[in-house]
Amino acid sequence: MKKIDLFITGVGGQGNILASDIIGEAAIKAGYDVKKTDTLGMAQRGGSVVSNVRIAEHVYSPLIKEGDVDILLAFEKLEAARWAYFLRNSGLAIVNDQSLPPLSVSTGTEQYPSDDKIIGILKRRTDRVCFVEGTRQARELGNIRTLNMFMLGCLSPFLPFKVNIWKDSIAERLPPNLRDINLTAFERGRKEMRNVHV
Amino acid sequence: MIKLLSGNEALALGAYHAGVGVATAYPGTPSSEILESIARFDDVYAEWSTNEKVAMEVAMGAAYAGIRSMVSMKQVGLNVASDPFMAASTTGVNTGLVVVCAGDPGIHSSQNEQDDRYYAKLAKVPMLEPSDSQEAYDLMAHAFDISERFDTPVMVYTTTRISHSKSVVRVNNERVVPVNQPKFEYDVQKYAMLPVFARIRHPLVEERLVKLAAYAENCPLNQVIWGKRHLGIVASGVAYQYAREVFPQASFLKLGMTHPLPKNLIHSFAEEVDRLIVIEELDPFLQENIQAMGVEVGGKEFIPRVGELNPNIIEEGARSAGLITEASFKEKVETTPELPRRPPVLCPGCPHTGIFFVLSSIGQRSRLAKSKDRTLNESPLIVTGDIGCYTLATYPPLSTIDTTACMGASIGQALGMEKAGIDKKVVAVIGDSTFMHSGITGVVNGIYNEGQITIIILDNGTTAMTGHQDHPGTGVSAQGKETQKVELESLVRGIGVNDVKVVDAFNIKALRSNLRNSLDNPELSVIIVRGACSVRLPTRSNPGVIDMERCNLCGVCLMLGCSAIQKEDERLIIDPALCVGDACTICQQLCPRQAITSQVTTTVEEA
Repeated sequence: MKKIDLFITGVGGQGNILASDIIGEAAIKAGYDVKKTDTLGMAQRGGSVVSNVRIAEHVYSPLIKEGDVDILLAFEKLEAARWAYFLRNSGLAIVNDQSLPPLSVSTGTEQYPSDDKIIGILKRRTDRVCFVEGTRQARELGNIRTLNMFMLGCLSPFLPFKVNIWKDSIAERLPPNLRDINLTAFERGRKEMRNVHV
Repeated sequence: MIKLLSGNEALALGAYHAGVGVATAYPGTPSSEILESIARFDDVYAEWSTNEKVAMEVAMGAAYAGIRSMVSMKQVGLNVASDPFMAASTTGVNTGLVVVCAGDPGIHSSQNEQDDRYYAKLAKVPMLEPSDSQEAYDLMAHAFDISERFDTPVMVYTTTRISHSKSVVRVNNERVVPVNQPKFEYDVQKYAMLPVFARIRHPLVEERLVKLAAYAENCPLNQVIWGKRHLGIVASGVAYQYAREVFPQASFLKLGMTHPLPKNLIHSFAEEVDRLIVIEELDPFLQENIQAMGVEVGGKEFIPRVGELNPNIIEEGARSAGLITEASFKEKVETTPELPRRPPVLCPGCPHTGIFFVLSSIGQRSRLAKSKDRTLNESPLIVTGDIGCYTLATYPPLSTIDTTACMGASIGQALGMEKAGIDKKVVAVIGDSTFMHSGITGVVNGIYNEGQITIIILDNGTTAMTGHQDHPGTGVSAQGKETQKVELESLVRGIGVNDVKVVDAFNIKALRSNLRNSLDNPELSVIIVRGACSVRLPTRSNPGVIDMERCNLCGVCLMLGCSAIQKEDERLIIDPALCVGDACTICQQLCPRQAITSQVTTTVEEA
């Protein structure tokens, strides 16, 4: 297999670290070497969070080089733009169409970038940009916290793991009362990508 | 069995399988998960100690008593524990004592950047460094063996990137080494460090170091990986992984034991290669030690000594040093233009927000910040801060912490400012866990020396920033057992503080009146601001909602810095997914137009 370098970005509290853990566990089940590392600030919630996940026959560095990321999975639009420069040329960006304004935007000292600006930043690296409505779908499911599993569903067709490996890895990491709703979110994400050609 | 483990989980499991019987720690990023992981095993005694010094002493005592012991801490934790660490080196340990120290290059969550590898040299003890989770797991057995074979504490040095990265680990399924029966051999010449006995021990420590250096030559943790001979690289820890990626062709001397160094091995490796360099994070620890052996070696001329390394930084350094060709170097990608930053903030519903808002308004911080011709120097308050989530109140809009040094420093610093004769009120703010760690002695000092400061203890009932560990004030042990609780108010009254107030963290009026009252008191006063950490709320209900008919966008609620309150175009909204509702209501209490009310909803269970 060719190596796959993944970047999962979002805002603390969106569940992106659990998502990247599950990718790592699925990679092991599929027989690959994997390293993952999260870069997060000091707070529990609200800061910018980035996970590097590297899958290959053998992985040395847990950190991915700038310009080497194959797939950027962004839970929030501003965070997609912020980390876009790590994407390789023609890499894939899957972006949840949600904006969470940082405090500096609410207090009026900075401006949240327009959709055009965000798309422009992503397009400097790649044309393969795909927006998904994860937050709306998670809300429809009745639990906004299933966003992370929806996003994994969107990612899943692009990784060489069988669907059962994904589902087992998700089920193992969630308490029994939350399993079904999260597996449904995963299915919805997977379905969302069926009609997308990137 | 194959598992995906973080470096910290792997260190804990490795220690468990190597027969550790007693494990101690004080939480500190990036080390906290080591003790959390080991505390899950019923057949190990694991404790959160009040601080790293006590943790080291407990582990030392257990090792003296015949039980393999481990103490873990972050890099600045070893500053706190350095006194017993030096003593443990002098006395030796009887049974295995492993000291895990987790460095934080890049200062992800610390107050300074320091290279703790020098502590191994200072204490004359062996040091081991893993470069991934598998090695973290494997080297624990070596660490205990070395500790017992040479009668020395062994330092295991890891960094944020090793501790918090997950990688594949092949593990045993059971404890390989059985736990010993406890037994203490009476021996004052070894364990009671009166000068007369310490003088006997020092030469033994020097002899031990010579024996360890001989052991290092054949230590299985040190490996030579031959590639092409034009370039030889000495590396350890995560820097080795980065270097392997940047220099796929080079030869490597990979050091798993980085103190004392294998002199002969280094000499023979150096002779085999055309050019020798060291790739290491922070200070030139390996480089200087190798240079002192008379070996020509480079590294820090092109590898920065500040911050965390990564493959990009090493690649750029290598290009500047002519180590990789222009052709193989990929042009640095254009970075993203200026975007709004997203620094960490206090969480919605944080019990610290209210008191910092009150401190900000009494200290006139926001008014001064907005004024064109006045500066913060006109604030009537000085607020000395400490280590914890509340350090985030340094940022705007609260802007209410003026100093942060190290655990417990707020109280001593406040007293120092008062004794210097400053003509303002000085307030120290410190969290409950930090107070237990090293705030108590500051209060004793303040009472004894007749201080007049006000000390605010922010009691959220947990060690929040490092991931919600228990501490003496919570009455729950590291292994989840109910235990004797140390009550903050009795503790400070017992020291001799007469003016002790306990105030609800979510009652703005009470916070304001009690703070004013304490500031007016010429005696040393303590305010305990009590409220549960919002991340741990079991349920949340009735989030706030803003009535835009009443709201005139005055922006008072935005001065709280609550991330649930957001400005969208020309209206303010409260994100119901973030607001904790009834548990907080601070914005409702503050709104001058009563525009914020509770939206009655069903209660949401937290996952």
